[in-house]
Amino acid sequence: MKQEFPKGEINTIKGRSLVIKGDDIDTDRIIPARFLKCVSFSALGEQVFADDRKELKGNHPFDLKQHKGSNILVVNDNFGCGSSREHAPQALMRWGIRLIIGESFAEIFFGNCLALGIPCMTASKKEITKLQNLVNENSNQIWDFNLKELSISNQKESFKLEMEGGAYKMLCSGKWDATSQLLDAEKKIKTTVKNLPYLNNFK
Amino acid sequence: MSSGTLYDKVWNFHQVKELPGGSTQLFVGLHLIHEVTSPQAFSALNEKNLEVKFPNLTVATVDHIVPTINQQRPFSDPLAEEMLTTLEKNCKTHGIKFHGIGSNAQGVVHVMAPELGLTQPGMTVACGDSHTSTHGAFGAIAFGIGTSQVRDVLASQSLAMKKLKVRRIWVDGSLQKGVYAKDLILHIIRLLGVKGGVGFAYEFAGPAIEKLSMEGRMTICNMAIEGGARCGYINPDETTFEYLKGKKYSPKGQEWDNAIKWWESLVSDSEAKFDDEIQLDGSSIEPTVTWGITPGQGISIKEKIPNPEELPKNEQQIAKDACKYMNLEADQPIEGTSIDVCFIGSCTNGRLSDLQEASKIVKGRKVSAGIKAFVVPGSQKVAKEAKQKGIDKIFLTAGFEWREPGCSMCLAMNPDKLEGRQISASSSNRNFKGRQGSANGRTLLMSPAMVAAAAINGKVTDVRKLLRE
Repeated sequence: MKQEFPKGEINTIKGRSLVIKGDDIDTDRIIPARFLKCVSFSALGEQVFADDRKELKGNHPFDLKQHKGSNILVVNDNFGCGSSREHAPQALMRWGIRLIIGESFAEIFFGNCLALGIPCMTASKKEITKLQNLVNENSNQIWDFNLKELSISNQKESFKLEMEGGAYKMLCSGKWDATSQLLDAEKKIKTTVKNLPYLNNFK
Repeated sequence: MSSGTLYDKVWNFHQVKELPGGSTQLFVGLHLIHEVTSPQAFSALNEKNLEVKFPNLTVATVDHIVPTINQQRPFSDPLAEEMLTTLEKNCKTHGIKFHGIGSNAQGVVHVMAPELGLTQPGMTVACGDSHTSTHGAFGAIAFGIGTSQVRDVLASQSLAMKKLKVRRIWVDGSLQKGVYAKDLILHIIRLLGVKGGVGFAYEFAGPAIEKLSMEGRMTICNMAIEGGARCGYINPDETTFEYLKGKKYSPKGQEWDNAIKWWESLVSDSEAKFDDEIQLDGSSIEPTVTWGITPGQGISIKEKIPNPEELPKNEQQIAKDACKYMNLEADQPIEGTSIDVCFIGSCTNGRLSDLQEASKIVKGRKVSAGIKAFVVPGSQKVAKEAKQKGIDKIFLTAGFEWREPGCSMCLAMNPDKLEGRQISASSSNRNFKGRQGSANGRTLLMSPAMVAAAAINGKVTDVRKLLRE
């Protein structure tokens, strides 16, 4: 089956959730470096969390049958730290993740997700723990994420989520694909170049 | 909000415009690419029918996947060969300068660009690699980017970026003998934590920083990202100018004089405002070694492996994980921990002075029986200069292997890997689980001289015991 990737405005995301527990989960764990040897991202979905999954012999959340087809990932603190590899969000996206909720995210990882149209939403430690417990109690429940309202709910319980203003606007407006926006500024780029001493023989 | 810092000044020079989302469109003065994070960016460019806007401002090399034993083409690993071929093709199609194997200038991207004089004060430097912060050692704003951003820089030579806050880390005094830049940065990350720098650029300043060579400064800025700071920088001074003078791409003649004037004007003002300031004493720092699974889990060589129960609450879980994964016992001294593999190299510590300092420890001694020890110069230039000084011979005589330049076992995207539960003393930058190529391999980060000492004794050793007058 061909996967659909995010495009345009990100308003709502609906689906089942899964939990990865732990602080400081780095991008080497999300996708070990040996899988970076590729000229296209297409196979990465199968390799996400490869070493952790191998260690847990089928009991890793990404291997458990009940989580197959889930699209919302709930994590803890400083998720995605370490290497800048975009292979990490790519691997998560290709496994099926469309939304990540956590206590906090590493900056480059957050930007890489944004560039793919995957929101990284935050909430307090207390709220995240509660959300993770709820998700783990029943992996079948459907969660509704609403970006405009900054919330996720399962009909019974609703959680307030946060996201920094700039990224939020980009996702709401569908302008998270930055290239076209940057290309608009051709004239202004020329002016910047003209004023940079090192591009003008230090005159 | 910061003002009058080098970061503010360089940022202002490169600001193109404010973007609707509240970020800034920032011009990139030097874009470095390599074989791992660029191929997907080039394909995206092709899909969108876009050209490389400023091909002369992008420079390429190959480092992550190159084998360090036999660099004969085609590589024996077909995937590695495909990645290199793709890069060569993309550079040719788009008119980008490529420093390949056999060019005499190939090397780990953060080693080769500075030594060519490509990195200069006042530039913005971007590369699809988190250790791009290295280039901040010259007083540049340098940061790692993801593949989508590599695509954006190729297409527009600019990026959407949020301005960071600036934290000044002032280091008094001077480092003791046997204590190196690596120890200082491991110590700083231990103090501030692996995410202490998130949202910040780090300005490293003060007497202990000023006394560092450019290579030491690169080691410091290289690991800013391990403390969460996407960029780290040091104000340019005489040491910077001395390093740059005469380099291939450095300005020459009248341009050089003008360049120095501009570079000096970028230095943070004496009344500059910082968002945060921290002060520490460099003289009291001891050789530092990580014992765990994040670069923040460092201790001095004289300390014992911490008992997770006695750590601050938010560090307990990761410390427990670390003890279990590393199979190291709490309350045991780190000194004396047995080692299997010793690796000297990487963008953190693969430069000439790193090899030189390590060779002083090794000279006239032998690698302990059963230890695999190898040296991977950071670039072809480092390799050549080391050979001219006879450094390769010192290592070879002692029983080290002497390899060809590349990223090697720092991230093991090439044949250099730990096997099984092996434990390494490594001069690289990351001790994450599985980082060095074995899913349960273990890494202790330390200075190259400390790695050399570990190789000689077969166990973690205070390098000061092996220093000679």
